[in-house]
Amino acid sequence: MYSEIVMDHFKNPRNVGEIANADGIGEVGNPVCGDMMNVFIKVENDKIVDIKFKTFGCGSAIAVSSMITEMAKGKTLEEAMKITNMDVADALGGLPKNKLHCSNLGADALHSAIKNYFDRKAGKVRDLTPDREEHIKGTDGQACYCPYCTKEVAEESPFCIFCGQEIPHEHDH
Amino acid sequence: MQLIYLDHLSATPLHPQAKEAMIRHIETVFGNPVSDHRVGQRASQALDRARQQVAALIKADPGEIVFTSGGSEANNHALKGIAIGLREKGRRIITTNIEHKSILNALRTLRLLDYQVTSLDVAPHGLVDPAAVEKALTPDTILISVMLANNEIGTIEPIAEIAKIAKKKNIIFHTDAVDAVGVIPVDVKALGVNLLSLAANIFYGPPGVGALYVKKGTPLWPLIDGGMQENKRRAGTENLIGIVGLGAAAEAAVREMPERIPRLQAMRDRLRQGLLERIPEIVINGHPTLNLPHLLSVSFKYVEGESLMLMLDEEGVEVSTRSACASGSLRASHVLISTGLDFATAQGTLLFSFGRDNTDADVDKVLEVLPGIVQTLRDMSPLYKKGHGG
Repeated sequence: MYSEIVMDHFKNPRNVGEIANADGIGEVGNPVCGDMMNVFIKVENDKIVDIKFKTFGCGSAIAVSSMITEMAKGKTLEEAMKITNMDVADALGGLPKNKLHCSNLGADALHSAIKNYFDRKAGKVRDLTPDREEHIKGTDGQACYCPYCTKEVAEESPFCIFCGQEIPHEHDH
Repeated sequence: MQLIYLDHLSATPLHPQAKEAMIRHIETVFGNPVSDHRVGQRASQALDRARQQVAALIKADPGEIVFTSGGSEANNHALKGIAIGLREKGRRIITTNIEHKSILNALRTLRLLDYQVTSLDVAPHGLVDPAAVEKALTPDTILISVMLANNEIGTIEPIAEIAKIAKKKNIIFHTDAVDAVGVIPVDVKALGVNLLSLAANIFYGPPGVGALYVKKGTPLWPLIDGGMQENKRRAGTENLIGIVGLGAAAEAAVREMPERIPRLQAMRDRLRQGLLERIPEIVINGHPTLNLPHLLSVSFKYVEGESLMLMLDEEGVEVSTRSACASGSLRASHVLISTGLDFATAQGTLLFSFGRDNTDADVDKVLEVLPGIVQTLRDMSPLYKKGHGG
């Protein structure tokens, strides 16, 4: 189910831990979704000189965390902001479809840490709550909505009985 | 690497006796049971024999067994067959929040057809309260469906008590006994149910075959329409190879259960005790005494179940995260949440299910490797730090 690169990063994750006096801390996800990621960065001359992570999540979430730290280390902040979640998935040799949107939060966590760094520099201590809430929304409620006609449909419906569109296979094998 | 298989709820290895019966059948029989010539009658005899074997497993009459393609079809047939059969009588169905998806989603379909569904909450150990079932009954209630044993936490429900209430009110009662039949003794007459679902792959029979017990006189409409097979309840040429395997597995289960149950329960109890002694902050799910003897559901705080499962797989230990049907889903298990577990803890759940080939050495191996795996993942988890005030 997972590529060899994913399994390697899962079994031997790089850069696990925290940085005590980090210049920026990012956090995305929450345990309701099943994945939560913290990223700690140390910045010198607009470059990420050290990076560590802590993650609660499945095999792909841990592999993604490990990979993003490798990809970001030594990069300038500008370069790091350009890394996308898709880049991380590609570097891992791909991720299973159902994990692409849930566990693939590495770049989001990195960007959250970089924003936190800039906010601290500007004298604002950024509140991480919005990042958390963004990922709680849409997973906590019971109602499911058709993405095409936005009518309420039964959970796990194969297609929308109002507009006939196939509903993407989000959470199943 | 020698694999230690502790996921018998997802699949069981084929029983040697079932395998032998199926091979013998393939080599000697090919007829259609509906044919009146000798070739057809050989097939018909094989079908009759399997029907007797399955009936004996649940103390039913052979005429009350309808073969299906497995547990999900049996569950769908029970619900939709009664909904259609009694559509002039009423439109309400009572069930619980912890049923299998083949119940939940069959009811989703019936809702679309304007049936009303009442889904009952369960107590923290997953027990259904018979008094709550009685209270939920309305004059237009046509069916009650409550599972015999839960497939994620193993809790055994008070089916006989609920059946008494149903009988008193003249309401049809179905129980999804897929995870119980062939694992523990099940007697349909003692339970007093009208309908009961079972599946072969839970007790060392082949996958893709099961049965629905239909008590004589139950107004069950067919789910699959066609010819006269299965007492006009389930059309289509029978999956006779599978059915022969199911029959042989049923016969083996009757013979082996008395020895197997205490042995599996002892291993399960030793694993539970060992984990409690070795790993702090874990939650044992399900009822402490009213439970399936071969199953242990454990939630490990601060870590996620798939990571645990993958790391155990690396050590050659095969387990399930929640149930096989839920493990492809990214949502926390509806069963665990219904029993009162919080989302984060529910995400860290492993399901161990023992089988006839397991030994004490398998328990030793899990107790040896799992504490280290949990610690490795906890050290990586941002929740662990938070849980410890750091």
